[in-house]
Amino acid sequence: MNFIKTVVAAGLVAASTSAFAADITGAGATFPFPIYSKWADAYKKETGNGLNYQSIGSGGGIKQIQAKTVTFGATDAPLKAEQLDKDGLAQWPMVMGAIVPVVNLEGVKPGELVFDGETLAGVYLGKITKWDDAAIKKLNPNVKLPSEAITVVRRSDGSGTTFNFTNYLSKASADWKSKVGEGTAVEWPVGVGAKGNEGVSGNISQTKNSIGYVEYAYAKQNKLTYAGLVNKAGKPVQPTVEAFQAAASNADWSKAPGYYVILTDQPGEKSWPITAATFILMHKDATDKAASQEAIKFFRWAFKNGDKMAEDLDYIPMPDSVVQQIEKTWAAEIKS
Amino acid sequence: MAVQSDVIDDAGPYDRAKALSAFKLGDVTFYWITRLSAISVLLILGGIILSLIVGAFPAIREYGLSFLWTQRWAPSADPPVLGALGPMYGTLVTSFIAMLIAIPVGLGIAIFLTELCPQWARRPIGMAVELLAGIPSIIYGMWGFFVLGPFLANTFQPFMIKVFDGVPVLGAIFAGPPSYLSLFNAALILAIMVLPFITSISVDVFKTVPPVLKEAAYGVGCTTWEVVRSVVIPYTRVGIIGGVMLALGRALGETMAVTFIIGNSFRIQSSIFAPGTTISAAIASEFAESDGLHQSGLILLGLLLFVLTFFVLAAARLMLLRLEKKAGK
Repeated sequence: MNFIKTVVAAGLVAASTSAFAADITGAGATFPFPIYSKWADAYKKETGNGLNYQSIGSGGGIKQIQAKTVTFGATDAPLKAEQLDKDGLAQWPMVMGAIVPVVNLEGVKPGELVFDGETLAGVYLGKITKWDDAAIKKLNPNVKLPSEAITVVRRSDGSGTTFNFTNYLSKASADWKSKVGEGTAVEWPVGVGAKGNEGVSGNISQTKNSIGYVEYAYAKQNKLTYAGLVNKAGKPVQPTVEAFQAAASNADWSKAPGYYVILTDQPGEKSWPITAATFILMHKDATDKAASQEAIKFFRWAFKNGDKMAEDLDYIPMPDSVVQQIEKTWAAEIKS
Repeated sequence: MAVQSDVIDDAGPYDRAKALSAFKLGDVTFYWITRLSAISVLLILGGIILSLIVGAFPAIREYGLSFLWTQRWAPSADPPVLGALGPMYGTLVTSFIAMLIAIPVGLGIAIFLTELCPQWARRPIGMAVELLAGIPSIIYGMWGFFVLGPFLANTFQPFMIKVFDGVPVLGAIFAGPPSYLSLFNAALILAIMVLPFITSISVDVFKTVPPVLKEAAYGVGCTTWEVVRSVVIPYTRVGIIGGVMLALGRALGETMAVTFIIGNSFRIQSSIFAPGTTISAAIASEFAESDGLHQSGLILLGLLLFVLTFFVLAAARLMLLRLEKKAGK
């Protein structure tokens, strides 16, 4: 909507004029906000150049870059190649995260419980309503499951996390695909909605016999009881950095125009099934070429020096093979 | 008079017409300033309605009147299926329960404060009520989430479910499973939030009752209850209803606290312990990441809340008018 665009743009202008002229401006997804600001901080210390990133949500990031009010936009749900061509945008993944199912079940420790996509979809469809359902029991023969109703928790706000979670359920369950489908906000058949990753974490730790899904970093930092998942290769895996990177390496980036790869349900015996990249959007032929070169410089620096910082914040750096490819994309697509 | 005019004449040349026109200019300026202030309200209101209609137009064209009775809310379907029934139901139910609790309690506090309370306790209780109005809504939301929610889910709801199990209608209204986030939780928080509006205004209008009226009633042997019922409340009816309407307006539109504790589910369920959503909670949750028809649908929801509030308040005014007529007989 135009008037919202104007309001947000006015806010950005107000924010950017207070900073130095050399600053790069970006806006979009909230999920990578902590790492982008950490990188920006370190980059400023090293080079003196600042970066101004507004976390207004993926949808907002796409709108802002289309309206050319920012140097780059950021989104958790990548744009398809046709859309990129239409707007003259380049797109690449910047950093990755993972989504993990979390539960609050008395006596169950992190990693003890295992789900597969079909069962998880059953719970979120409202078909599996009790913890001692045969489907859950079959996957977890050694775990003592109570005969209690499952409280399903999900996001109430539109979010990239929900997009990736529902995308995974759609791939894993035909029933989910036909009844609910994927999106940043979907028609949830059951459950209570909480705002943000922090809202879902809060709900899970408060509510007995509940299940939810959050970014891995939230599960780790809030010490929530996460559950393992059975991946595409049929192997149960735990949410670890190795499993997340395995999913990214096994993905076929080279054949995807605009890096349009949703990292859910990737092949490979070690791959974690709900891994997600967050993407950067930039104009191939930007009006302000100097700013756009500055931004590329920053991203190059982040790929080179930022891995440790990302891991400290429980993000997963892009594998080197993918970074090399992205460098080539910059050379080929971004006009200077 | 004659002396006075002599004095003015003696004081020098005095242009009566000029002085009068100076007064007139002052008056005219004053008139226009106040008039423009009043008109600006209409302009602002009109501007808001207009921008809502413009923003909601794609959704109006797509869904038309069926928006009002569609229960599905599927923004990711292709094309999106959007209906306002769920949020409208949630808005009305939570506001209704909130008023059901807040009106008697608020009036009770006000009557106690003005008629029965010992002098030393008036100020602390009065200030506590006013403080309730000063607490930010998100604090209410957090309190509802961390304190009220667990109490309702673990103690109150299981009790209600047991008591009303098997009773027709009531059994369905209080059905389980217990949940932290529910319509009822939100309604309770709303009741606490609107309480100060009702109480403060009622206290103020109760104080306007002429003591002689009450004394006369006591004089002929009325009890306190009879004085309140037959003298105080009839005398201040208009003021009380004004306070109630203000409270209702707040309950219908409250966003932050409700979003926190209502559970944000668009499905309508018979139980008030089930999660639901309100119009403002739905907008607050989904607006940031919405676009296209979805966003237009959310703006249409906003327009609907505007209209809904208008009708509810208009109905309250109408009721007031009828009461006045009856009293006039």
